[in-house]
Amino acid sequence: MSTTLLLLADGRFPAGGHAHSGGLEAAVTAGRVRDLDDLDAFLRGRLATVGLVSAAFAAAACAGGDIHTLEAGLDARTLSPALRKASRAQGRALLRAGRTLWTLPTAERELHHPVALGVVAAAAGLTPAEAALTAAYGTVTGPASAAVRLLGLDPYATHALVARLAPDCDAVAARAATVDDLPACSAPLLDIGAETHATWEVRLFAS
Amino acid sequence: MHPEAHTHPDPHPARNATGARALRIGIGGPVGSGKTALVAALCRTLAADLRLAVVTNDIYTTEDADFLLRNGVLPADRIRAVETGCCPHTAIRDDISANLDACEDLEADLGPLDLVLVESGGDNLTATFSKGLVDRQIFVVDVAGGDKVPRKGGPGVTTADLLVVNKTDLAPLVGADLSVMARDARARRGDLPTVFLSLVEDPAATPVADWVRGLTKE
Repeated sequence: MSTTLLLLADGRFPAGGHAHSGGLEAAVTAGRVRDLDDLDAFLRGRLATVGLVSAAFAAAACAGGDIHTLEAGLDARTLSPALRKASRAQGRALLRAGRTLWTLPTAERELHHPVALGVVAAAAGLTPAEAALTAAYGTVTGPASAAVRLLGLDPYATHALVARLAPDCDAVAARAATVDDLPACSAPLLDIGAETHATWEVRLFAS
Repeated sequence: MHPEAHTHPDPHPARNATGARALRIGIGGPVGSGKTALVAALCRTLAADLRLAVVTNDIYTTEDADFLLRNGVLPADRIRAVETGCCPHTAIRDDISANLDACEDLEADLGPLDLVLVESGGDNLTATFSKGLVDRQIFVVDVAGGDKVPRKGGPGVTTADLLVVNKTDLAPLVGADLSVMARDARARRGDLPTVFLSLVEDPAATPVADWVRGLTKE
């Protein structure tokens, strides 16, 4: 545990996350998420799928895994072109911030967000386990923050929900940092929602 | 490695004599004060002399961009809309990454530009642009918002490089006293300039366009 970890995981870290809802805007508009209980289910589902994959790839990138292999691996696991684009946009923003704060070993401008997170975490002196934890935590806090803005949910109740999910986040991150085979879980409704969302004329979030 | 043992690249390369990047001017102000109409007027007036493009931050992704397109002000490839996740002020101040990406992509796609106008989504009197995003900023208020707005101050009114008091043609209709607004603006802003504008009477936004032209020659 270090201050650097808190810095990187902080929702105020200027890496573009505030403009992405992690699929929540599409789920809210489709009527699948209306209240705190729905948000609970949404976050658990996201953590167990996207969260685990993101954490595992962040840990692998942080451990020095080949960037291009990991990029190809995430491309193969991200069915929705809109989500691939959103992942790269967030990766680009994170690399921009990371390059300002630390010395990155790559000149790539754009990587998938989990890969960028692993690269930046390593440059910041963090461990693969910490990279995985940051990824898992972000999987939950991004949509939780978006829910406060989109649904007007009580911020205390929303943070209490995130606190209840903390052990699950820890468990997902621990598993992600130790797996031999990179996981390939998917959430079809997130894929479908992202594709629909990308066609909307009016939307508040980039994804 | 010791933190001082290496240097980091400047995240925001400065404009220089060789035109490393376009001048970036932020245009902010409350909802309905006429930001988009001012951007449209500036584009019409300046497009003949300057290579320019626009980034919009409206809370509705395409609304402001559509306004500019409908009015035939700029071709579509010169307008980028940035989604702001319900927080227009965050995207121009606290986390400017999406706006920086949009500015850089415009220059990468279109070649060198002289000027990029970054229009904020309608927000409140406290919304200002980060110096990491823009070189100068214009704050737009309108007389219909009440002649006490300059007196209220706030970072936009107080610190913007140019304050535009818009819709002066409406002053008699809403009982706004322009001399009071001018006096209060001077008290709040010291030597920083304030201009009064009516796009009905001056569709070219002449004083603002002249101010912008002056900056591009610096």
